[in-house]
Amino acid sequence: MLSRVANSIYWLNRYIERAENVARFIDVNLNLMLDLPSGVSQQWKPLVVTTGDLKFFEERYGEATAENVIQFLTFDLEYPNSILSCLRAARENARSIREIISSEMWEEVNTFYHMVQEAAVNNGHHNVSNLFQQLFFHVKFASHRFAGVMDATMSHNEGWHFGQLGRLLERADKKARILDVKYYILLPSAQLVGTPLDQIQWIALLKSASAYEMYRKYQHRIIPASVAEFMILNREFPRSISFCVQEAERCLHQITGTPVGTWCNGAERSLGQLCAKLGYITIQDIIENGLHEFLDGFQKELNAVDDQISATFFSLSPLVSEPPMNRQVQTLTW
Amino acid sequence: MKLETYDPTGYYDELFAGKGEPRASAKPLIDWINTLQPGDLRRSQEAAQIALFKLGVTFNVYSDNQGIEKVFPFDIIPRIISAQDWKGLEPGLRQRITALNLFLDDIYNEQRILNDGIIPRHIIESAPGFLKPCMGLKPPGGVWCHITGTDLVRDRDGQWYVLEDNLRVPSGISYVLENRRVLKSTFPSVFQTMAVQAIDDYPSHLLETLLSLAPDQLPNPTVAVLTPGIYNSAYYEHSFLAQQMGVELIEGRDLVVLDGYLQMRTTKGPRRVDVVYRRLDDIFLDPTAFNPDSLLGVPGLMDVYRAGRVALANAPGTGVADDKVVYSFVPEMIRYYLGEDPILPNVPTYLCWRDQDRDHVLQNLETLVVKSANEAGGYGMLVGSQSTAAERAEFAEKIKAKPRNYIAQPILCLSQVPTLVGEGNEIAGRHVDLRPYILHRGDEVYVHPGGLTRVALKEGSLVVNSSQGGGAKDTWVLMD
Repeated sequence: MLSRVANSIYWLNRYIERAENVARFIDVNLNLMLDLPSGVSQQWKPLVVTTGDLKFFEERYGEATAENVIQFLTFDLEYPNSILSCLRAARENARSIREIISSEMWEEVNTFYHMVQEAAVNNGHHNVSNLFQQLFFHVKFASHRFAGVMDATMSHNEGWHFGQLGRLLERADKKARILDVKYYILLPSAQLVGTPLDQIQWIALLKSASAYEMYRKYQHRIIPASVAEFMILNREFPRSISFCVQEAERCLHQITGTPVGTWCNGAERSLGQLCAKLGYITIQDIIENGLHEFLDGFQKELNAVDDQISATFFSLSPLVSEPPMNRQVQTLTW
Repeated sequence: MKLETYDPTGYYDELFAGKGEPRASAKPLIDWINTLQPGDLRRSQEAAQIALFKLGVTFNVYSDNQGIEKVFPFDIIPRIISAQDWKGLEPGLRQRITALNLFLDDIYNEQRILNDGIIPRHIIESAPGFLKPCMGLKPPGGVWCHITGTDLVRDRDGQWYVLEDNLRVPSGISYVLENRRVLKSTFPSVFQTMAVQAIDDYPSHLLETLLSLAPDQLPNPTVAVLTPGIYNSAYYEHSFLAQQMGVELIEGRDLVVLDGYLQMRTTKGPRRVDVVYRRLDDIFLDPTAFNPDSLLGVPGLMDVYRAGRVALANAPGTGVADDKVVYSFVPEMIRYYLGEDPILPNVPTYLCWRDQDRDHVLQNLETLVVKSANEAGGYGMLVGSQSTAAERAEFAEKIKAKPRNYIAQPILCLSQVPTLVGEGNEIAGRHVDLRPYILHRGDEVYVHPGGLTRVALKEGSLVVNSSQGGGAKDTWVLMD
């Protein structure tokens, strides 16, 4: 498949997944703030902090009020990771590979973009909170629908695997960021750790990952370490970090034909290392070294994987006049 | 909905022979429209337009911000061409493309037609579309122009004329196919009662045409559509055709010349491309052969082409025949190469480089259409009857400065088709042209039944180009 096309379908899926996760991100905070006892001040800054774009936000908006943060993350076209920007980018990518994806996929992306675009135009004409809750519901649903339509209408070929790869890596990254929000949301005082307010925040986190119900089946009580374990290391829950990177690894090996556990390029090697690490770490290890530090390090490693994928498959640098297929397959020794 | 009072008087109407009197071919359609409630057609029209928008059947407008997409305006009332009418057109189109192909092969090789004085040499050598780097080329099977869109119009008496030929990269077939898809779901019942020729097999014919260009020994040649990219006005069509044929859609940046072959960059390394349906103008194809500033094409492509290691459709150099001065010589080409009389007449054309013609044009600007010889899209033209004195003076100066660049034709009274106009349910006649698509495979010329009917949506306007506010209609060619 053309490198450019592989790149586009990878990013198409990343952007759709990103839009969905930004919606989850804001939605959970909206709900959380509604549940807060009156007198506890609203906290919207943590959302911007975890995006890593606080400086850009402050330059443009100043204070992190609910309205500013929601506007920034939802509709700001100057901000490349807002929901609307993501969908615009997703649509541009889809438009450049319409001949590769199914027409149903294109129609989903096209309709999805126009839906959010219309909401942006109507923004301010309605009850804001109500409008946004509905919008975020539709964004999440449209993202699921896109994934479903892709799964059901596109051949599960190389392009499909690149798309899955993009979606899974994006989901893992955003899961780490969502979990990290808890680090930044401050409890009014240290004595409140383990209180109902603390519990409510952990429940909100689970809900933002659509993980609440599945978590309850896994471990009935809300125990912070167990919540973190479920969201990071659970091998059965499709939105856990571990699940995402392992599935991503499988897709990557489907593309190259190399057996999992071996590697023939930098992408397989870096993702394999990450999978191995997650496969053998415990939640106690993570907590001892700091959850925030772990999540931060994980995001950096994920970026390295993305760089390797680009270099291996998407690079448009001039080709040299010799067979580039001259690869060596090495077996990892354990 | 009543069309009983529709009055085509003064014009040739494609659906009506007289006031309230549908042509035999159109009667079932008109009868059906007459049974509709007021507002039905408008609602169908809006639904169709929304469907096209959702499908993303759009074109880009350059003058707006980059990437602004518009739905090609679409009128719900189709144009109908009787089987008999079509039988008159088809051989004429075949004859024309056959002669044009022989002409292209000749002027890039022996140049007999110039040596014999049928066409003045200076006309060809001064045509911007005449590309010296193509001299001596012999495309596979001797075919230069594989895909043509020839623009036809009908005058007041119903006579067909060829308005121009488009031998470079004619657009529009995707709208033809998509409009039909939408109309079929809007008016399914009418399709059942009228024997309309199906058109869905165009992509198959196109693919066969392209495959026929691949070197014989290749068991599984790679065919690709080459596009300038998503900001090109016809990008939708490029991607649609690639998708419908199941072939790659490539851009210049995907390609490289390597080991003497054209190759595309894939996730598994370079891979050969054997046949390219290029939707890029000649001069952008290869910066080393043509325009050195172009970033759209592939350096070295022409060398690969000349070595016969990649086939291009259409061949580079075909644009010379799009020149409106060269167009005026097509009847001579038909007589010269085929020894036949032209079946389809040209619009009578005055060539401003001829002193006598120029004098006539300058004295009669008000009754003529003046066209720049090398512009498309309805740009660079003057419709005399709808112009101001200042505009005419300006054109007169242009003509005197560069007579070779201008032609003039009498203002034809283009035929019309009933069209939904305004915001309500009013139906009025609007002028149309017709662009049939012709595929030339060497041993066989295929004329796609129908083609793109463009309609001037403004009252009285004779300019049908989409860039000038024109729209499209579905074109139904009836079976016997």
